[in-house]
Amino acid sequence: MFMITAGICSASELDSFTGEKGVLRISGGTAHIPVMKEASRKIMIFNPGIQITIAGGGSGVGIKQVGEGLVNIGNSGRQATESEVSRYGLVIYKWAIDGVAAVVNTGNPVKQLSGKQLQDIFAGTILNWKALGGEDRGINVYTRDESSGTRAVFWKKALNKGIISGKANFIVSNGAMKSAISNDPYGIGYVSVGYIDKTVHPVRVDNVTPDLDTVKNGEYKVVRGLYSNTRGDASGLTKKFIDYLLSPAGQEIAVQKGFIPVN
Amino acid sequence: MQHREHIAGIIFWGATVLSAGVTLAVLVFMVILSLPIIKNDMILEVLMGPWSPDYGLFGILPMIVGTLCIALLSLVFSFPVSLGCSIFIEIIRPGKPGRFLKKFVRLMTAVPTVIYGFVGVFLLVPHVRGFVSHGSGMCILSASLMLGLVISPTMILFFSQSFARVPKTYLNAVDALGGTQFQKFIYLLFPQAWPGILTGIILAFGRAMGDTLIALMISGNSVMLPTSPLDSARTLTAHIAMIIAADFGSIEFKTIFLCGGILYLLTSFGILLARFSAGKQN
Repeated sequence: MFMITAGICSASELDSFTGEKGVLRISGGTAHIPVMKEASRKIMIFNPGIQITIAGGGSGVGIKQVGEGLVNIGNSGRQATESEVSRYGLVIYKWAIDGVAAVVNTGNPVKQLSGKQLQDIFAGTILNWKALGGEDRGINVYTRDESSGTRAVFWKKALNKGIISGKANFIVSNGAMKSAISNDPYGIGYVSVGYIDKTVHPVRVDNVTPDLDTVKNGEYKVVRGLYSNTRGDASGLTKKFIDYLLSPAGQEIAVQKGFIPVN
Repeated sequence: MQHREHIAGIIFWGATVLSAGVTLAVLVFMVILSLPIIKNDMILEVLMGPWSPDYGLFGILPMIVGTLCIALLSLVFSFPVSLGCSIFIEIIRPGKPGRFLKKFVRLMTAVPTVIYGFVGVFLLVPHVRGFVSHGSGMCILSASLMLGLVISPTMILFFSQSFARVPKTYLNAVDALGGTQFQKFIYLLFPQAWPGILTGIILAFGRAMGDTLIALMISGNSVMLPTSPLDSARTLTAHIAMIIAADFGSIEFKTIFLCGGILYLLTSFGILLARFSAGKQN
């Protein structure tokens, strides 16, 4: 019975895709990928004539590729800069809110830090977990590449634009960051709150646990929007896809994947 | 008949000129696109300095050092193993076991490097981290070990091919003179097969320098100048892969063409050096 109702509900919002045909190319922010995949799956099941491809690359890649006309939608986990918007004539659609949280391995006894300690760890001035009440082992810092929106937000709001040590390991996506931290008992990194599951442990910073609730009520400050950018106003299939993301069904997918809806 | 041969000649000439031309054009392309860096007198700063774009530093020295360290160390790991394997295949057990091993090595060449990268991340890196109890395990050592595995089929196949080409009569002569296996190898096989061995090494080195995924996934990609094999490091190829996503207009983006040019020159230099020393030997 439930299946039938759910079927009817989602079908009504997918109706706009009836009779559409063609390919929709999406790339960019890696935090967006779970939502993009789920939305695409539903759309492609509803109408097999539509093909949607999803690639990662990071926010910088998304903005650049949509600007150059290589993809229809370029996702970014940071707002496109003024120069990017004016150069490419980007139109920005914000469809969810997300937090960026520091994460450690689940086996790590250190699960709580002050904002200052977090900054010192990433700057490379605190080098051993022992100084924070953990094992006598060096801290392995993981960061993201320069094109990452997750990095931009974490650097600005959690590290107060502080130094990130040159010794840090560089990881190229939210997913890869999660697997790196879940594999390294002495690692610390940061991921989109939507990516946090039982394989990694979020770090409580200044007595605030980063999760959906604290992001929603504003207690946790390291938050950002999730954006989809198009060159010029979205039209055709692209517009329908973005409308779907902003519809109740699309927003429900965002909630399922651990993000805060905007509508 | 002669007419046909003439046409074939033109086609072969054309193919040669085209492939040589494209190779040279790539270099020219790299140089032209690095011109903004060269013109602004930033070349020394970029070649010798550290990388810290937030502070306006765009040096690629750590990546050059990282590339050379990882490529050379992988050769060091891979060369003895490959030599041993190819001797086993061609000289010690040329029958069934040798043929089986050779088939197996051929199979290895077909495995995409991303698979090796995965295996490295999940199997090798945790062990290296546990064993050296320092750092994240994502380091030059891990990347070189894995890269050694990736380049070994190239070497094994080239080595065994050149061992196979040593005339059987020579081998019989050594046996007839009562030479040991060791003497046979040192005085006959190795010198006879040297040009082939060298080609194998050159190709493997080129592959090690040019490989992107292994380093990107396993070496940690940190931007510090590495001081030990247990340090995380970034190769030129991994650097290009990471920076290509940056803004087209940025200086970061312009420096990756210089990275490409350096990579090109380093590989060419390696090949020339090897060819030169081979020429001297003969």
